[in-house]
Amino acid sequence: MIVAQAKPIEEILEMIDKYDKILLVGCKGCVAVCAAGGEKEVQFLASAIRTARKTQGREIEIREVTLERQCDPEYVEQIRGFAGDYQAILSIACGVGVQFMAEHYREIPALPGLNTSFMGGALEQGVWSERCQGCGNCVLHLTGGICPITRCSKSLLNGPCGGSSNGKCEVDPEVDCGWQLIIERLKALGEFESRFMEIVPIKDWSTSRDGGPRKIVREDMRQ
Amino acid sequence: MHLIKAFEEGMDGVYVAGCLEGECHFLTGNLRAKKRVEYVKGVLTTLGINPERLRMYNLSAAMGSRFVEIAREMTEMIRSLGPSPVKTGAGREFPQEQEEGEEQ
Repeated sequence: MIVAQAKPIEEILEMIDKYDKILLVGCKGCVAVCAAGGEKEVQFLASAIRTARKTQGREIEIREVTLERQCDPEYVEQIRGFAGDYQAILSIACGVGVQFMAEHYREIPALPGLNTSFMGGALEQGVWSERCQGCGNCVLHLTGGICPITRCSKSLLNGPCGGSSNGKCEVDPEVDCGWQLIIERLKALGEFESRFMEIVPIKDWSTSRDGGPRKIVREDMRQ
Repeated sequence: MHLIKAFEEGMDGVYVAGCLEGECHFLTGNLRAKKRVEYVKGVLTTLGINPERLRMYNLSAAMGSRFVEIAREMTEMIRSLGPSPVKTGAGREFPQEQEEGEEQ
């Protein structure tokens, strides 16, 4: 999922300071799962904003909505009937959702209530970890199911660098060396010799961010 | 959610009464509640509301006298702090720079 976390409330209050009627929109997708932008978080943030305003003796009207997803036009359009009644949209979806709001409702500013962090999964309740950088050319079959692009701080493809020490990365002693994990995994799978000794050629990064903003067109699905 | 809502509605103070630690019917429910209370205290601080207005106590259903004691303690504390700024609209209860790590 896309993992995000709430922006500091002070930052949000500053962002909406000039408005007194806003639409607060959550998303039931990834950000709801990582407890950053779902229905509950919409209610909490709306209440916190109203509380802050009351302490200043200023009222604010907030309409609370949580869409199925903010990354699909059919759901984004569900607020069409009333979005124009508000001075701004505060979206607590990922960056995609905020941008879809901005694209669909051009006459009103769309503001981000979250910091979108990474694509990852939950290690345990309340702990999420990055697992994919969306490089557009998956090599997990070569590396024991552990992503060298994400788990190695340098995204190396042919083994660890000199900064690997006791299984940890020089970037942060708390961070596992991605290549240490890969090697251990390949050994456990009995694929170390066959995989590790094989030189992986220079990666074509054009499928990643180096190729500019990406787009997928599925002609079989297009209408 | 219910905690912040209470402050939004103008409550001067709120206390959460959980079971004694280790004796919760929901096993770790009271410990989780404690964490939530701490989180909301942090939010209140950010909003300029004295976090002391929110407290969590642990007591069992058989501790009637302790319940009375707590209620009195809270009432006295709230009286000393005065009405919530949510009701008065008087602004922050303390300057912004005191926020960092300040538990008042």
